[in-house]
Amino acid sequence: MQMTAAQALIRCLELEGVEVIFGYPGGAILPVYDALCQSGNIKHVLVRHEQGAVHAADAYARATGRVGVVMATSGPGATNLVTGIANAYMDSIPLVLVTGQVPTSQVGTDAFQEVDITGITMPITKHNYLVKDAKRLPAIIKNAFHIASTGRPGPVLVDLPKDVAAETIDFDYPKTVKLRGYKPTYSGHRTKILEAADLMMKAERPVIYAGGGILNSGATAELMDLAEVLSAPVTNTFMGLSGFPGDHPLFLGMLGLHGTRYANLAVTHCDLLIALGARFDDRVTGKISSFAPGATVIHVDIDPAEIGKNVRVHVPIVGDVRQVLRGILAHLKKKDRSGWLEQIRQWKEQYPLTYVRDGRFKPQAVIEKLSRHTRGEAVVATDVGQHQMWVAQFFRFKHPGTLISSGGLGAMGFGLPAAVGAQIGLPDRLVILVTGDGSLQMTMQELATAVDQKLPIKIFVLNNSGLGMVRQLQELYCDRRYMATRFKFVPDFALLAKAYGLAGHTVKSEEELDRLLPGVLSSPETVIVNCLVDPEENVSPIVPAGHGIDQAIDC
Amino acid sequence: MRHTLAVLVENNPGVLARVAGLFSRRGFNIDSLAVGRTERPDVSRMTIVVEGDDRVLEQVTKQLHKLVDVIKINDITPDEYVDRELVLIKVNCEPARRGEIMQVADVFRARIVDLGRKTVTVECTGNEGKINAFEESLRPYGIKELVRTGKIAMLRGNRSTSLDGKKDDE
Ligand SMILES: Cc1ncc(C[n+]2csc(CCOP(=O)(O)OP(=O)(O)O)c2C)c(N)n1
Repeated sequence: MQMTAAQALIRCLELEGVEVIFGYPGGAILPVYDALCQSGNIKHVLVRHEQGAVHAADAYARATGRVGVVMATSGPGATNLVTGIANAYMDSIPLVLVTGQVPTSQVGTDAFQEVDITGITMPITKHNYLVKDAKRLPAIIKNAFHIASTGRPGPVLVDLPKDVAAETIDFDYPKTVKLRGYKPTYSGHRTKILEAADLMMKAERPVIYAGGGILNSGATAELMDLAEVLSAPVTNTFMGLSGFPGDHPLFLGMLGLHGTRYANLAVTHCDLLIALGARFDDRVTGKISSFAPGATVIHVDIDPAEIGKNVRVHVPIVGDVRQVLRGILAHLKKKDRSGWLEQIRQWKEQYPLTYVRDGRFKPQAVIEKLSRHTRGEAVVATDVGQHQMWVAQFFRFKHPGTLISSGGLGAMGFGLPAAVGAQIGLPDRLVILVTGDGSLQMTMQELATAVDQKLPIKIFVLNNSGLGMVRQLQELYCDRRYMATRFKFVPDFALLAKAYGLAGHTVKSEEELDRLLPGVLSSPETVIVNCLVDPEENVSPIVPAGHGIDQAIDC
Repeated sequence: MRHTLAVLVENNPGVLARVAGLFSRRGFNIDSLAVGRTERPDVSRMTIVVEGDDRVLEQVTKQLHKLVDVIKINDITPDEYVDRELVLIKVNCEPARRGEIMQVADVFRARIVDLGRKTVTVECTGNEGKINAFEESLRPYGIKELVRTGKIAMLRGNRSTSLDGKKDDE
């Protein structure tokens, strides 16, 4: 069938089952928006800044397990995507991004609104394409979706010059991909699987260290089986949170920099570390030579380059965590480990995760209340900072994929657009945003998108009138020389809500919050709750820079 | 230790930038990189000489493999292979001393490819050691300009690192 490449692009998206595009139009992508308008089968969410489009698509992907799709124009539209692309890349989130480009004849001439976006995004995309031949477009889109969603997922960018988009082609969507340089390994090596199972049966003090790969491969049921069969405690990385139920007796919480002491102690003293879809990030390991010093390490990951990158691994298994775990489980027998579990119980008792209740309005209390009131039945998006760590520490996640947060990049401004994307992907779920007054001010413009789309997001601002996380670092490492971490002015977020026609509340105490919460959580509207919390509060415990994770201090 | 990698890549625009960007971004040290076409028009071959211990090399190989345009990587360092490099050297030379330079060139089976009023340009092919020695022999005359291609390499005998070839094919 004859059509323009722009029409072909939309047709490809339809055939890929795309239901929603997050985007922002402009001159260079005009033909594509025109084709989108004529097709009418795909919903377009108009954001207020391209960064918001990527974060929203990213959260949509995390919430639904589908590929997030983004559109933006050339030049500034494309550069506004960069933070969001890097974020998706670091957290292995499948995205396909289409950018408009100046016409081919002008490429390379510093034309109006020209940037080399394929060059700029080379280190932060799994792959990218500049479409020079309109006939190749369908195959490129096919490849883009395949690359984005298989293996270790990630963002793929397709840069489409305006003249190419307008060319007429004979449309034919390929059924298969032809990529000889791209063949992810899914099933683990058999002998390694047997070796791993053998070690698991023999170990006396095993710990399961589970990362985002558990969620990406849908291995949460297998993880649970493994933990219960082995009677092995489970710690999650930040990215792995919600991959194991927060109230399970074998759960140790998060490990690492702001991890629980008992998770960090268990890892330090284990004799077998079972790393599943995790990448030994520096925030997890602390001083690397003191990380699980006496342990044999089994590392399962779909990305071979992660295995052996930061630590020495004894049993490397390249493959999909779910498939590999199924293979391993077939060789395991129920194991009792009362001694080790008793030790862990003692650590939990001795070093509970807690905070000082001194009558001031504590941010941790807000998270505990949210967790209790929702019984974990919420999707929680966060921004970046102290509030994010308090969510990680104090929210008890119940269902896989219910924490939506910027892990690897730690990008402030992720939260609000992420809540938008998550709520669009899951219209019937309760979506809560926990943000800080700093982070919210980075992408606050997306409130308008939430209103446009009638999204009943519940926004809790843990308002400490400043950049709490950095203030804490200055308290710790700069002798309390506070520099550029207190805001002289913070907008009244409850009044801001009014400007958008939304309900807004300011609360100053736990009691006020208690009174307000049931109504807010059951409201069908978008609500902002501005919580004026103790600005001095710190995230505790913390592993001081350069120390082993068993050296955490209270803070 | 230095390793020689034979890397087959899609003959796509930007593939060199992807590979070069990867090396600089991850702090891998490239000694040399030579790229050109192969027996197949859709495949290019890079010969990359990289410095590093086994762990670095493992990362280099794995990271290269993550590039969608990289099809096949072989570390041929421990194997028997032929390697060649080409150098062009322009040497200061008054017409009266041309004979001397020609003699040096003869020893290395190099060829004079151009003459200027006060210079001679010579071409030499060989493995890295030979090219180094040739360069040293000409240095006393004053090297005005020098350019090396970087090495290319191929396994000896029936074995091959081409697209369908097997390294351990006998
Ligand atoms: C885009 C961006 N800029 C800077 C930082 C560094 N940074 C990390 S946390 C933080 C403070 C966050 O403040 P806020 O959102 O109010 O959260 P709080 O820590 O107070 O809970 C800053 C500035 C960052 N992570 N991201």
